[in-house]
Amino acid sequence: MATAARKAPAKSKSDVKSSGLSTPKPVDFTKGEELDAYRRMLLIRRFEEKAGQLYGMGFIGGFCHLYIGQEAVVTGMKMALIDGDQMITAYRDHGHMLAMELSPRGVMAELTGRRGGLSRGKGGSMHMFSKEKHFYGGHGIVGAQVSLGTGLAFANRYRGNNNVTLTYFGDGAANQGQVYESFNMASLWKLPVIYIIENNRYAMGTSVSRSSAETDFSHRGASFKIPGIQVDGMDVRAVKAAGDLATEWCRAGKGPLILEMQTYRYRGHSMSDPAKYRSKEEVQKMRSERDPIEQVKARLIGKKWASEDELKAIDKEVRDVVADAAEFAQNDAEPDPSQLWTDIVL
Amino acid sequence: MPIEILMPALSPTMEEGNLSKWLKNEGDKVVAGDVIAEIETDKATMEVEAVDEGTLGKILIEAGTEGVKVNTPIAVLLQDGESVADVGKAASPAKAEAPAKAEAPAAAEEKAPAQTPAAAPVAAAPKLEIAADPDIPAGTEMVSTTVREALRDAMAEEMRRDGDVFIMGEEVAEYQGAYKITQGLLQEFGARRVVDTPITEHGFAGVGVGAAMAGLKPIVEFMTFNFAMQAIDQIINSAAKTLYMSGGQMGAPIVFRGPNGAAARVAAQHSQCYAAWYSHIPGLKVVMPYTAADAKGLLKAAIRDPNPVIFLENEILYGHSFDVPKMDDFVLPIGKARIHKSGKDVTIVSFGIGMTYAVKAEAELRGMGIDAEIIDLRTVRPLDFDTIIASVKKTNRLVVVEEGYPQNSVGDHIANQVSQRAFDFLDAPVITIAGKDVPMPYAANLEKLALPNVGEVVEAVKAVTYR
Repeated sequence: MATAARKAPAKSKSDVKSSGLSTPKPVDFTKGEELDAYRRMLLIRRFEEKAGQLYGMGFIGGFCHLYIGQEAVVTGMKMALIDGDQMITAYRDHGHMLAMELSPRGVMAELTGRRGGLSRGKGGSMHMFSKEKHFYGGHGIVGAQVSLGTGLAFANRYRGNNNVTLTYFGDGAANQGQVYESFNMASLWKLPVIYIIENNRYAMGTSVSRSSAETDFSHRGASFKIPGIQVDGMDVRAVKAAGDLATEWCRAGKGPLILEMQTYRYRGHSMSDPAKYRSKEEVQKMRSERDPIEQVKARLIGKKWASEDELKAIDKEVRDVVADAAEFAQNDAEPDPSQLWTDIVL
Repeated sequence: MPIEILMPALSPTMEEGNLSKWLKNEGDKVVAGDVIAEIETDKATMEVEAVDEGTLGKILIEAGTEGVKVNTPIAVLLQDGESVADVGKAASPAKAEAPAKAEAPAAAEEKAPAQTPAAAPVAAAPKLEIAADPDIPAGTEMVSTTVREALRDAMAEEMRRDGDVFIMGEEVAEYQGAYKITQGLLQEFGARRVVDTPITEHGFAGVGVGAAMAGLKPIVEFMTFNFAMQAIDQIINSAAKTLYMSGGQMGAPIVFRGPNGAAARVAAQHSQCYAAWYSHIPGLKVVMPYTAADAKGLLKAAIRDPNPVIFLENEILYGHSFDVPKMDDFVLPIGKARIHKSGKDVTIVSFGIGMTYAVKAEAELRGMGIDAEIIDLRTVRPLDFDTIIASVKKTNRLVVVEEGYPQNSVGDHIANQVSQRAFDFLDAPVITIAGKDVPMPYAANLEKLALPNVGEVVEAVKAVTYR
């Protein structure tokens, strides 16, 4: 019998009994929230597609790690933040910056190494920052941002404010030693930090099962009494629900929390990665069945909150923003040679 | 025969201590393991246990005596059948053993091991009239202060001045500092600003840098800079480079400080100078003071500096005393060398503990009629070439002294720059004296050979002055 072969849906292992936490149900979005999430995710998607194009044309150099497929993770979390909350991540950072409302022109011009870039052309794809928007990078060393993010949270607790720090890292970085050093201190000192593990299943070309003894990343804080939950990172509503829970937890002074976002990147690790370690079918299946943007689109259409034409109009607006950013990034001047010697020490 | 109980050495660098209290009286029976006295070092108060059995026959050093040298007989233990009359015949001295449970042991065993009294390789410097520092107004009252106290005073003053300054590190709070540099800070500023960390160098260095990016001004203490190698990625990739990578938007106003270089008898993994390592990195400032005044004025400057500053101290120097100006707010400029003693025949450039060799060599050279100028760099990055080159133009001869390894040393860089910028002023090749190109050995004689020595400095000066 066909049904006998089918496994019963596994009960989420991520219930953390001692904390009483479990994965929350996806929140119901209002029409406004759905449209907002749609627009934000689409901006990241179109921006990254354009970045890929510009890379192919030689406008962007070095490493370029695209976020396509993972848009719901930063978008849902951003929807749970209040003013002053901070974000820090590794080098797959374009989506995070757009989610934190950094200027698309500034990001794209940084990718092309121009003077109008967020880091005046001196940081590149992996190193951008905005104090004003509370975005603390953009870090090229896998795992380093976890200790740094813990330090940002330390500063919030030191100042006694109500802000939390979103510290993003991947399933690969989750195996770095300093992550656990940071977990220990964050838990010991009850720091308001949310560790968001973006599990996109591959650390560059190494699958989670080949790199990780414990593949349930929500359990990675167990030795440090940090509760964690697994979240459907392809559903922006599930992410938002987890974000609400986590920010509330941190603001209540309960210390750190781990959110394992189960997500997927459609592109290779970087532009130069042919991604031969996985099948085309696997990628295609995710794209056609789980795509975060298509999920929102289907709900908007299904609930008659928007027509195809209205969504196309949004797409057009987003494409215009991205085209403007690309235009700027291709035509802006390179940094003045004198910039070589500035910003080394104050 | 009665047994002499000797003043024990309770840390790698202890040379003397105070006998604060006797816990046994003359005539008391003592068995091995009994706590007989309390000794106070500049780092801690520790208990002294008896090694032998007998009767405490005579106390030779009264409670409350200060500055008792290591290995001085402090009491005599009588064995069965002996009486006080036998005192004086004492032989085969048995040193009291470092205690098992100290009130505040010198430091965690593996981290800063207790050791024998073979003592520091560098003894106190000979008396030298230190040239007036132009940064200290003439007539300022001077107070004799140890480097240890100067560092603590600098931190305390800056913490009083600025609520964003805090200190974190291993044993900085409740333990009062593995080397007692943070003594009293927890009591004054509380646990919010004096933060004990787990043994987690990589992690807490990153936490410090993150807090600095958020605008706080952390002082991160490494129990020694040897352990900072665990954290060097955060120091270099995160702290030093962020200002540049962010196009000037965001930097890390942070001080990484702690003892650097060889202490005494702690062997290869605990004896390394990082001056050359960190001075290689754009985005860092590297300070390495010798005197207590410089330690204080430059640490205050480092804490106020908006950049990451590596502040390299030395365990052996912690106990050395120097005059420190009594001023409300004594801050020195980073990046400026100080002429420690002016002279006309040869320039000796050094920094940190390297200065102890230069100073002692200068005394010998004076006896030979050679008038040496000693420059204390104080800061290794940015390097004050102006002061070095002005001196070389006067003396036409240069010797550089440091304890670090020879290849790509600070001295090599100075020699290179001086040969490019002042070649015509040199009357002899620049000689660089460094530690030997070997991991630091443990054996006392080998350790001595691995470090620079005064004789090498004297010989180098004789060579460049053609004596």
